Amino acid sequence: MTRYTSATDADRQAMLETIGVGSIEELFADIPARLRLDRLPELGGGLSEQEVYEELRSLAARNVSTQDELSFLGAGMYDHYVPALIDSIILRSEFLTPYTPYQPEISQGGLQAMFEYQTAISELTGLPISNASVYEGPSAVGAAGYVAKHVNLRRRFVVSRGVHPHSRETLQTLARGYGMEVEQAPLCDGLTELPHLDGDVSAIVVQQPNFLGAVEDLPRLARAAREAGALTICACDPLPLALLKAPGECGVDIAVGEGQTLGNRLDFGGPSFGFFATTEALMRRIPGRIAGETRDVDGKRGFVLTLQTREQHIRREKATSNICTAQALNALAGVIYLSWLGRRGIVELAELMLQRTAYARERLQALEGVEALHHRAVVREFALALEVPVERVRARCLEQGVNPGYPLGRDYPEHQDGLLVAITEQRTRAEIDRLAEVLGAAVAAERCAAKEVGA
Amino acid sequence: MSAAAGDQLTIYERSQAGRRAFVAPALDVPERELDELLAPELRRATPPRLPEVSEPEIVRHYNRLSKRNFDLDTGFYPLGSCTMKHNPKLHERVAALPGHAKLHPLQEPRQAQGALELMWRLQRALAEIAGLPHVSLQPSAGSHGELAGVLLSRAYHEDRGQRRTKVLTPDTAHGTNPATVTMAGLQVVKVGTDAHGNVDLEDLRAKASEDVACLMLTNPSTLGLFEPGIEEIERIVHGAGATLYYDGANLNAIMGICRPGDMGFDIVHFNLHKSFTQPHGGGGPGAGPIAVAERIEPFLPRPQVVMREPAGNGSQPHYDLDFDRPKSIGRLRGFQGNYGVFVRSYAYIRSLGAAGLREVSEIAVLNANYLLARLRLEGVLEYLPAAYDRICMHEFVLSGAPMKRELKIKTLDLAKRLLDHGVHPPTVYFPLIVEEALLIEPTETETKETLDQFAQTVAEILREAREDPEIARNAPYTTPVRRLDEAGAARRRVLRQAI
Amino acid sequence: MADASYPDDLHYHPEHDWARVEGRQATFGITWYAQDALGEVVFFDPPEIGTQVAKDAPYTEVESVKAVSDVFAPLSGEVVAVNEALADKPETINEDPYGEGWLVKVNLSEPSEIGSLLDAGAYETMLE
Repeated sequence: MTRYTSATDADRQAMLETIGVGSIEELFADIPARLRLDRLPELGGGLSEQEVYEELRSLAARNVSTQDELSFLGAGMYDHYVPALIDSIILRSEFLTPYTPYQPEISQGGLQAMFEYQTAISELTGLPISNASVYEGPSAVGAAGYVAKHVNLRRRFVVSRGVHPHSRETLQTLARGYGMEVEQAPLCDGLTELPHLDGDVSAIVVQQPNFLGAVEDLPRLARAAREAGALTICACDPLPLALLKAPGECGVDIAVGEGQTLGNRLDFGGPSFGFFATTEALMRRIPGRIAGETRDVDGKRGFVLTLQTREQHIRREKATSNICTAQALNALAGVIYLSWLGRRGIVELAELMLQRTAYARERLQALEGVEALHHRAVVREFALALEVPVERVRARCLEQGVNPGYPLGRDYPEHQDGLLVAITEQRTRAEIDRLAEVLGAAVAAERCAAKEVGA
Repeated sequence: MSAAAGDQLTIYERSQAGRRAFVAPALDVPERELDELLAPELRRATPPRLPEVSEPEIVRHYNRLSKRNFDLDTGFYPLGSCTMKHNPKLHERVAALPGHAKLHPLQEPRQAQGALELMWRLQRALAEIAGLPHVSLQPSAGSHGELAGVLLSRAYHEDRGQRRTKVLTPDTAHGTNPATVTMAGLQVVKVGTDAHGNVDLEDLRAKASEDVACLMLTNPSTLGLFEPGIEEIERIVHGAGATLYYDGANLNAIMGICRPGDMGFDIVHFNLHKSFTQPHGGGGPGAGPIAVAERIEPFLPRPQVVMREPAGNGSQPHYDLDFDRPKSIGRLRGFQGNYGVFVRSYAYIRSLGAAGLREVSEIAVLNANYLLARLRLEGVLEYLPAAYDRICMHEFVLSGAPMKRELKIKTLDLAKRLLDHGVHPPTVYFPLIVEEALLIEPTETETKETLDQFAQTVAEILREAREDPEIARNAPYTTPVRRLDEAGAARRRVLRQAI
Repeated sequence: MADASYPDDLHYHPEHDWARVEGRQATFGITWYAQDALGEVVFFDPPEIGTQVAKDAPYTEVESVKAVSDVFAPLSGEVVAVNEALADKPETINEDPYGEGWLVKVNLSEPSEIGSLLDAGAYETMLE
């Protein structure tokens, strides 16, 4: 008997008798003998709780987390401070352990939380309709493409190279599946340069701020799309939306994004959540769960999953998406976080990041052998160009316990010299100064090494 | 619609200007002009209208909301097809270890060896359970895994110069199956179910053409029945050159008993939030890893977690992300997948070991058959007969059609009346081929007493209905809200708070 | 509408649609059986005026909370009018499926198709 099952010998005896069979074996009679395993799977394990804990702890000890180094690594997920009240709420059994709310009468907690989350996302994005979450950022972009395809039945997406590489790749994979071509639009001096859009373009896909940290001219991009009869899909970083013009105000049709920064941990990349918001016109095409307000038979206000005819369990092959399980608990963390920040707090947080980012950019640009890769307005992340090999500089910094950022050359052959540096409210001035010191020393050392080699 | 007296307020309705929970750290860098850093035309005129509340208010608000939820830690939750088994409490503790929780996904692999080794070991374990050699942990949920599976099948056929356009699914399939097929650009063809609840082999033979890319199957099926003809199904499908896809939603019935790989499946997806105890969270997160046969391996998503053999000289193997996969279908999402879910599932597999996992399936099947027998003893099956009169696996389907005719209450009414008894109802109206369906999956973590109690409760509700069907028809009575106007919600479409 | 009814002056299609023919124009809707099976209708999205509909082919959908149903054209022709009132009150389809719950009006292109439709008696028999 494992610690999670309770069937004693006596229980089993009684149950088998009631069923009318002699052994548990007989219950598996439908399985052809040839398929029955005659040995246990080779798994090892069967350990006590204490031993399992020790194993997981020792695996954790072999990871260098943001607690173990000074990290300026961003590129899609960021080391923000997650307040203690989030865990105290989301680890409650009533939020952690139930299933999707198919019986609304006993799921009002989860359904109301979804409604509150939808409201918060709608406020952030400036779009009226939000769903209750999708898996994460890049697959949300893929799902948005699926919506656009069904809206105008055109055959091509134009995707800016300023969109996160993972989002571009995911869109590529999914688009090949549902039969759409993907064309890339280049970045010119840090901003998206759209090609001429013909009548075959279903949607443009852009990111705000873009992958190089630059704030795009969204209204201009959306206007160009609209004039060509195409939709505008914008992947957004949520916290900068406290300051930046909301996608809805810029003419964006679908705003999606990665929600990790809203009250969720890094967790080596997941679970987090993706948000998905649209204009009123696209309401019936939006994927995922949506909670709606209503009344019960006694007139009490309550919430239910609604517009379910979009979804797989009813619409099946004609569904707006195949999504079933999403990221409800992570979205709950998101709305708690947004409530914790509050109307003024989110602005203060964003302004703090803006100021510190400006300071960091200025200090690092001033280093010998380091330049800004572009001079566009940034909010929380910026790109540098190094005179010396980025990977080597990085390796030196890591030895000093400082992770200076993401090497752009890994995804942008045109920016082999690029380093993407991220700032959060956790990166203090003293820490930024340390980065400047360590990065400066690393670049200097590499310049020396280059001179010695006579390169 | 604003709150009426007695309504549960939303966080926005509790908001008061000036209140706050967050205080930003003091500005410690020289302050520059906002206009200089961010031109006015780039900025929004008014901030998002988030609530203004203090920490105690937030805590109280969400705590109150939580008490309006029924949950698995509190009571029996026999939702068929969902595998609502106990979520071990150790798992939250290990998932919260900073080495796991605070690890950036783009950390250098050599500085994330614990994480990559955990993923690699989880892959090995899942491969062993599935009986297929290669695993990708990337998909985020079952339906995401299904999408991967169909895209993999497509890629496999195209690599051999074949453009196949159809996917076969049984008419008992979960809705995610056909939805996935359409998203993958293929066409659904339904295969019928015979009178015994098995795939209709004649129908399958007729439809298994050279234009079929894949058959998607759950075994046991969504009816809770094992396909005794699985070997013949394999012959038919592989004979037509198509791949065989296993929807792992019902894996809880067969772990350590038999393996989908041995049944001939080429691609298997797992729902880590089902058999592997990732808490359901009210609708996620989950994870949907896939295991595949050798011939499908080249097409797996990118990147793959691999072990690189040591260079020699007594050095250790190390773990890495492999991006060099020219035939890969590409990425399905960002980064590596839902790592936090992997931590919990890995801890579960280590806790149980092989013998433990087999016991899981043995008891899951024992509990389901026992519950069915108990319901029979209580006389429940007279009104809610088993849809198929045979041994079930980890779940079984009853039909409420006789109950509707004779007692004048529907499966929906029975479900709502169960809410008054502090039990979550089973899955209702699925699978579609059973009239007034009730799909019941007790799982292995329930005691015999709980099962006895449930059978008695159902019997009591039927007795009550015989006396007065109106009681169940207007249930529930004791829940935080009673029956809700779903049609009204769909018509009025209030999807956010008006502020 | 509480009780099943199938007016005699209408023509019926086996996919549970009716047609009221007046000269070369016809009005289409769904039958009592169809609205009863669907449950309370929450959404109806009419086709555009000018759309060509073909006999036996679906031309639009009707949605209830838990189901979506294709609506089939009993006869071929061009849509000349749609019931705008259903946008605000889609439940009219349940309350008055043959009257205020009409869906579209169509100029018939092939009036001879009427001969293949069922009369009320034959349709009711088919339902049994």
